[in-house]
Amino acid sequence: MSTEVKTQEKEGLFSKKNRKLLTDPFNESNPITVQVLGICSALAITVKMKPALVMGLSVMVVTAFSNLITSLIRNYIPNRIRIIVQLVVVAALVIIVDQILKAYVYDVSKQLSVFVGLIITNCIIMGRIEAFSLGNPPWKSFLDGIGNGAGYGAILIVVAFFRELLGSGTLFDFPILEPLGIYEMGYKNNGMMLLPPMALIMLALVIWAQRSRTKSLIEKE
Amino acid sequence: MNVNSNSYTYAFAIGLVVVVAAALAVAATGLKPAQDANIELEKKANILSSIGLQSEDPAALYDQVIKEQIVLLNGQVVDGKLPGSIDMAAAVALPAEQREAPLYVAQTDGETYYIIPVRGKGLWGPIWGYLSLKSDGKTVYGAKFDHKSETPGLGAEISTPMFTDQFPNKVVFSDAYTGIEVRKGDASGDQQVDGISGGTITSVGVQAMLENCLKPYQTFLATRNAPAAAPQATTDTLTVATL
Repeated sequence: MSTEVKTQEKEGLFSKKNRKLLTDPFNESNPITVQVLGICSALAITVKMKPALVMGLSVMVVTAFSNLITSLIRNYIPNRIRIIVQLVVVAALVIIVDQILKAYVYDVSKQLSVFVGLIITNCIIMGRIEAFSLGNPPWKSFLDGIGNGAGYGAILIVVAFFRELLGSGTLFDFPILEPLGIYEMGYKNNGMMLLPPMALIMLALVIWAQRSRTKSLIEKE
Repeated sequence: MNVNSNSYTYAFAIGLVVVVAAALAVAATGLKPAQDANIELEKKANILSSIGLQSEDPAALYDQVIKEQIVLLNGQVVDGKLPGSIDMAAAVALPAEQREAPLYVAQTDGETYYIIPVRGKGLWGPIWGYLSLKSDGKTVYGAKFDHKSETPGLGAEISTPMFTDQFPNKVVFSDAYTGIEVRKGDASGDQQVDGISGGTITSVGVQAMLENCLKPYQTFLATRNAPAAAPQATTDTLTVATL
């Protein structure tokens, strides 16, 4: 017991292990592409970049703080109502995020509409609380939440980038293809890109690219 | 202390809920003024953008441009009633004869515009907007639509210029309501606009909304404009020039 406390004290705020908590979710344990969590919202709000970015940030805030709070009270949570307690914490955070968006970025909050509320149902959040924050100290849990939220957001942005560029010809609502003269060369906005199936296909392409690069992710037969 | 005993579990649950409820109440009441201001400002900005005006400070421009704010019942002005007091959601559900219909009259650059608030159903929730008519009370000058929860990229496109830019110069009234039809691909003429691919139900909702919401204004606008058989042609060219 005493040795364990000592090693924890020695560990810096951004030790190698802690940094790994932040960086791993971007590749080897990405919540969307590797753990295949939170897919539904990834399909729904990646039509445009701006909602995708705000959604990614919102999820990051919720994962980070729900991890932090549950980790702080983890030794006091009665085991039988564990899941309900987690839900209450997550739901409260989501409502607060929703209220803040409505007060300060009203236009984006209107675009995200129901999907902000649906952050509650995002498996990444409950998954990280169950798997990580209930068994780890607050700072680590906070980093883990930031990492996973950012890993989720990063994939949203990649998918939204291609969907908005090819589907609407814009990025963050600024016209891109028009000034480049792509339309004169015969390209037409691909309406398919705006529909949910293309989000799945884009996501599959991202997973393909990631696995070709990181061989360790490929399952061995 | 046994964290798994029944009494502790109850105490913990009650304590947690009280803390969370307090936090949410503080957040909701604290942010309420900012949210209400956003909604009010957005409404004014929407009214203005239906006559093609935009401003960094919509509230000031609104006060300057909007000359009359009236409420109609059966084609007559209801005395002392302001459009702000009308609950549009409840109003549009009533039959046209019983409905109190708000109307904004704007004047800018010497032109008069009638701005009609509209509200209806989309796919996932309410859609609403403002349709402005030129001084003849028949021809559309501009349109602005908004929605609560239509799908981004699909139904939500009703709020984009791509859709709303089709409305100017459509004719909604002759002797009766002639309407605007939302078509699939082959819109032409004075009474048709092109719908949104993948947003059919929302597009149809726009058509139904316009029909339901414009009808109550027909008598009022016709009587108001009857004596003024003024030079129609010059009015039109002027408007085109300002566009």
